[in-house]
Order: sequence, then structure tokens, then C-alpha cells
Amino acid sequence: MSEAALIGLFVATVQFGTLVFLAALGELISERAGVLNLGVEGMMAMGAVSGFMVGLETGSPWAAFFAAAAVGALVGGFHALVSVVLGADQVVSGLALTIGGLGLAAYVGRNVVGERPETQFTDLGIAGLADIRWFGEIFFDQPPVVYLTVGLGLAVWFVLARTRLGLALRAVGESAPTTDAVGHSVMALRSGAVMAGGAFAGAAGAFLSLYMAPGWTEGMVAGRGWIAVALVIFGAWRPGRLALGALLFGFTLALQPRLQSFDIELLGVEVSRISPALLGILPFVLTVVVLVIISWRYRHRPSPAPAALGLPYRREER
Amino acid sequence: MASENADHAVWLRGIEKQFPGVIACAGADLRVRPGTIHALLGENGAGKTTLVNVLAGVYRPDGGEVWVNGQRRHFHSPADAIAAGVGMVYQEFRLVPSLTVAENIVLGAAPRLLRSSEIENRVAELSAAYGMAADPSRPVWQLSMGERQRVEILKALWRDASVLVMDEPTAVLTPGEAAELGAALRAMADDGRSVIYISHKLDEVVAFCDEATVLRLGKTVATVEDLETVDRAALAELMVGSSEGGYVDRPPPIEAGGEALVLDGVSALSDRGLPALSEVTLTVRSGEIVGIAGVSGNGQKELAETIAGLRSPTGGRVELNQQDVTQTPPGARYRLGLAYVPEDRLGVGLAPKMSVVDNSVVRSYRSQRQGLMLVMAQCLGFCRDLVEKFGVRVGRLHDPVAGLSGGNLQRLLLGRELAEQPSVLVAAQPTRGLDVQGVAAIQSHLVAQRADGVGVLLISEDLDELLALSDRLMVMYEGRVVAELDPDAATRGEVGSAMAGQVSA
Repeated sequence: MSEAALIGLFVATVQFGTLVFLAALGELISERAGVLNLGVEGMMAMGAVSGFMVGLETGSPWAAFFAAAAVGALVGGFHALVSVVLGADQVVSGLALTIGGLGLAAYVGRNVVGERPETQFTDLGIAGLADIRWFGEIFFDQPPVVYLTVGLGLAVWFVLARTRLGLALRAVGESAPTTDAVGHSVMALRSGAVMAGGAFAGAAGAFLSLYMAPGWTEGMVAGRGWIAVALVIFGAWRPGRLALGALLFGFTLALQPRLQSFDIELLGVEVSRISPALLGILPFVLTVVVLVIISWRYRHRPSPAPAALGLPYRREER
Repeated sequence: MASENADHAVWLRGIEKQFPGVIACAGADLRVRPGTIHALLGENGAGKTTLVNVLAGVYRPDGGEVWVNGQRRHFHSPADAIAAGVGMVYQEFRLVPSLTVAENIVLGAAPRLLRSSEIENRVAELSAAYGMAADPSRPVWQLSMGERQRVEILKALWRDASVLVMDEPTAVLTPGEAAELGAALRAMADDGRSVIYISHKLDEVVAFCDEATVLRLGKTVATVEDLETVDRAALAELMVGSSEGGYVDRPPPIEAGGEALVLDGVSALSDRGLPALSEVTLTVRSGEIVGIAGVSGNGQKELAETIAGLRSPTGGRVELNQQDVTQTPPGARYRLGLAYVPEDRLGVGLAPKMSVVDNSVVRSYRSQRQGLMLVMAQCLGFCRDLVEKFGVRVGRLHDPVAGLSGGNLQRLLLGRELAEQPSVLVAAQPTRGLDVQGVAAIQSHLVAQRADGVGVLLISEDLDELLALSDRLMVMYEGRVVAELDPDAATRGEVGSAMAGQVSA
């Protein structure tokens, strides 16, 4: 295997890692506030198609990126309305969002399928650093969204851990009545978190359609939304572990299309003969393993999962 | 008037609050002076918790006025009440277990940017000022119940509450912790704050509190300005009182039969693992009603559950029709002739979302089946008979029972339990919260069972009901049977003294 191919693998790892990290970061915000959103796949599709279309119109990748985030927030707002304000079942609403979002994206984008992109993100090539052998190309010659996402990861960590808003968000994800009783608005906190999560997912979708696979085709999200949902569990609802998990999941995603070209033997098996489909399920297998480890390690103390995750809240109830 | 209002830290005037099917407060009054600890007394369902929830902004009253520190208030949310200086410590703590002590305390009034060392120092200062030790950096899930309660109180003090409401604070505490709590509350009162102290433990109330208000059936029935001069037995009697309407009269005694239910030195623990029943010995014979009196929380619930097989005794024997059932599971006890009407009728007794017909056959489904299948026609027939015989007013038999009123729920539950002619009936608070008709219906069923030779154990907080229906009356206090009285000879005062733990040897 050539050096260039290996570098290509790691470059793609960072990019796929960014894709699922960005979407998972949004899901983490939502889940830490106690709202499960299984609509990530649908929100990403909506973000991908709207980002691509705004890119066609404006010719500006940033306008497209933020428009996609706004659309994601709007779609997240629908989930907030149904499951937070109206108190409907979060699982059902989220699944509806995935199915409906995929369908709506296909409808909205039916006329732009296969069109050549007007614009797309380009690699930054940070001066001085991009020329470093190996690392330069992998870490310092990536599109700006990669660095923005790293910044967002730090910001989410800071807000959750070090601010009053973050404390209230964490509290509402653990116990809505407690948070209500001290005077925070459960509805505002949760709706805001879900919409922020939607914005992140929409932006991730735009990263896909404006850089990773420029253009729009139906089904282009291809399950990465579900990987993001799994990643939140894999990362035990913590931004730091989420980043590590994103690199691992990104690696499996990057490896998938390249597998056939490897002429290495691993434990007596020729790697190139492993089915890429098998590799595709690896993130989910790892997630289940982590889930089992978590439930065993946390048998005597509160699980890292937000205690109120999935529970709607209504006040005057007896 | 304004100056008069200004004298009170809290003045709740004619508070009314209704829930579907239940009147929780029917014109309740409460006045609390600044710098005092004020006891709010009353039995379960008297409306104490609803009343303080109105003060805490959780419920909006249907009628009446809320005054805090001399100002009329209209609270729309708990946040409004907190802003007005009302701090509430719920029985079920409102704490986030995974957050630290300091994070829990400042939640709701935290600085925009959190530096854990800074908030921990400030919390430590606050806890030192009131002598309530609590390590600010520990996560709450590691704390004992007493420590969690301190965190709750500190939370209110962090918001500078001038009125602190404590809902049955010592229920979760060890005696040592309870004494510490008393001292801390006194420190707050000396600081000019007022405390509303909900309890039905009279010893504590007399020891900790300055004044008292007694609620019954949602109304204020008495206020006591000086708790030091009042007689505890009188307080107990005020709390239990009597409901309106006449009671079914017990027909003349019939010859009681053999021993249907025998408890021999039975002990059991509460849900929290503390001793709740201590060597209870009692016998119920066929054809008699044995009444159990007591202020709630003195082991009655654990007694009923131990007999039903829902709670394992830590010692002693339970016999049903001369058969040792100490280790027998609940279903088998039912088949041996034990019927059980639990205190929590919707939840333990009936499954709220299941239909009337499904609820009616969950005990006796074995006789409604063919092979592995339940025969729906047969179930419906069974249910229709039951509904008719016990006068349950229902809409459709396939509707969930959650929509039924308390009286109809109880008729359905009692009917189900009595459907297969049991030999022993344990009824816990069977008439609590029912209207006059419901009370009369349930009581006449109990008397009819007695006439049919069933041994009835009636656990109640309604003293008049117990005196009217029981052939023998036992009084429980702190998990023990402390007195056995003849209901025809005993006075309410005597029963009240026994309930307060004052037994003339």
C-alpha cells in the first residue's frame, strides 16, 4: 500500500469524523437536555439538499452552510413542537422526522439531482503547517468546516461544563420537575437544545453536499445520521469522548470504500476480501459493546445517560 | 387591613383547589408569623400538600388569596414563588443526583460563568453559617437522605427564602438527623425566617414548632397559637376527626368463628429499610371486624402488605385459616381465601390504563378461560355481574378505569376481591376520600362480609368509622400494637391518647 493511499485514508478519516462529530454534537446537546431525537438522518438530508440548492443560487459555500443549519433548526423545531411542547412520544416523533425528512428532501431536490455544484468548500492549506510531512496534509490542509467543527466541540464542552446555561441544560436532562421548581423554563431549554441540535445536523448535511460528495442525490446521507445517534451513546454523552469516538467511526467510514485496495493480511485473512458491508456495521457493534460496558460499570451509580432522556414533561399533573 | 397583613410572613385565605373528582382544598386558611416554626397538621388527603403547593406556585388556586410578607401575590409558576421568598423542600427531594452539592444549590441562581471552586466556596460559607455540614464538591447520589435534605434547605437559603416549607421532613431521617434538623430550623427562625412544617408525627411537632394549623378535608379546623399548652391527644383527635354523614351501624355481635388470620410476632422493614413493624401479634376470627387505628405512617401500610404477601417479614409467622403462609406468594394467598383492598387503589389495586373488564378479571381469570385462552364473553359476563352487584357506575366496560371516580374505583376493587368468596378481607383505608354515598356503600359491604363469616381487618384513619364498625379495635404506634380497646366502651379521647403513644399501662 502506497504512502499516498495511507495519507488519503487518514485525510478521509478526519473528514468523515468531522461529519459524524458535527451531527452527533447536535444530538448530544439535545439528549443532554433530555430529548431523544431519532430524526438526525432526516435533518441531515434536509440540510444536504437545502445547502446544495442555496449554493447553486448564491455561489457562496458559507451562505449555503448557514442556510442548511437554519433549515436543520427549523426541522428540529418541529420535533420540539411535537415532543417538547405537545409532549408526544419522542421516539415516534423522531422516527417520523427521519422518514419524513428523507422524503421531503427527495421531493425538494428532485430537480437538482445530478447538477454540477456551483460552489463548494476548498481546503484551507494553513500556511507553514500544511507542508509538514504526513501531518500537514491530514490536519492542516482540510476544509474550513473541519476547524469550525473542532471549535464548536470546544464551545459545546465549555457551555455545558462552565456556564449557567449549561448547568440548566444538564439539569433539565436529568430531572425536569427539579429544573422547573427552581424557576428555569423546561420548555425553552429543551426546545432550544433540540433546535440547536437540528442546526448542527443540518450543517453536517451541508458539509456532505458541499464538500464530501458535492451534489445532491437521494439517499446520500446513507445512514450517517444513525451513526451520529450511536456515537452519542458511544461517547457516553460527553463531548471529549464523542470526539475520540468520531475519529474511530470516521476511520471505519473512510476505510469502507478503500478496503478492496489493501493488500495486507490480518490474522491470516486478506483484508481486501472483507466485505465493506461488514465494516459498515462496525460502529453499531462497537456502540452495543460500549452500552454493555456502561451498564456494567455504572451498576452502583447513576448512568452517564441523562436520567430524563425520552421523558416528556407536563406541569400541573396529579 | 394592610397593617394586619404585614404582620404575617404568610397568609393563605380561603384557598380552594379542585382536581378532577377530588376537592383538595375547600377554603383552607393558614397564617404564619415571621420568625416562627408553624406546624401544618392533618391526615393524608387533608389537603396539606395541595395547600403548600399553592403557596409554592405549583398549583394555581381556584379561589382564595395568597399573601406573602404583607403583599398579595398571584403566582404563575414556582419561579414566581421563589422570587417572592418562598422556598419549598419536597418530600421527594428535587435534586439532580448526578450533579454536585454546589451545582444543585446554585441551580436556578447561578453566576453566568461557573467556576466550581468559586461556587463551592460560597456554598461552604452558607452551610457553615447555618451549621449544616455538606461537602459542596460531592455528587448528590452519594449522600444520605439527611444530607440531601440539608442540600434542599441550603438551596432555599441560597435563594434567600424568607419562608421555608418542609413537607414531612423527618420521614426520611434517623432520629439523630431529625434532632439536627430541629436545631437548624430553629436557627433559621431566630434569623427572622419562618418555617411551615408539615408532619403528622405529633412528638416532633410539639418539640420543634411554635404554632399549628390543623386541616381536615381541605378546610382549616383549628389553629393552635401555643403548642406548649396543648394536649397531644387533643391534637390527634382534631386531625382524624369525622367525616360527614352517618355511618352504617354494625349489627349486634354474632358469635365469632375460628381463627381466620393470625399474626404471631411479625416484624418488617419499611421501603427505606428501617424497622416499620415490631412484633405485631393479632388474630382475626371469622365473622368479626378488627379495626386498626393509628396516625398514618405508624406501620399500617407495612402491616397490610405483609399480610398480603407483598412485603417479606423479617420475623414472625402469618397464618391463614390455620395454614402457615409466611413464605407464600400473594397469588397463592389469594387462592387460599385472602382478599386485599390496598390503600393505593389506583396503582396497586387497579391498573389505571386497563379497562374495567380487564381489571375485574385479573384476580379470577383462571375461571374465565378455556385452555390457554380467556373467553371474552365469559369475562364480560363476570364483569357485568360485578358492576351490577356492587353498583359501580361505569361508561363502557372497555374504557380504562382511570376515568372512574374514587367511589366507583373502590366499588370495583372491592367487588373484584370479594368475587370468589374469600375467608379473610384486609381493607386498607377503604373509604378514604370517598363521598358520603361511597362511604356508606363500602361500609355496608364490609358489614355484609362480616355477616357471611368473613374475618375482616379494617385499617383506617377515620376514628368514627372504626368505632362504628369494629368488633375489636387495635391501635398502632411506631410499628407496634400499643392498645386493644372495646369500641363500645372506648371514648375518642382514649383512642386519641393511644394513637399519640400515650398508653395508660
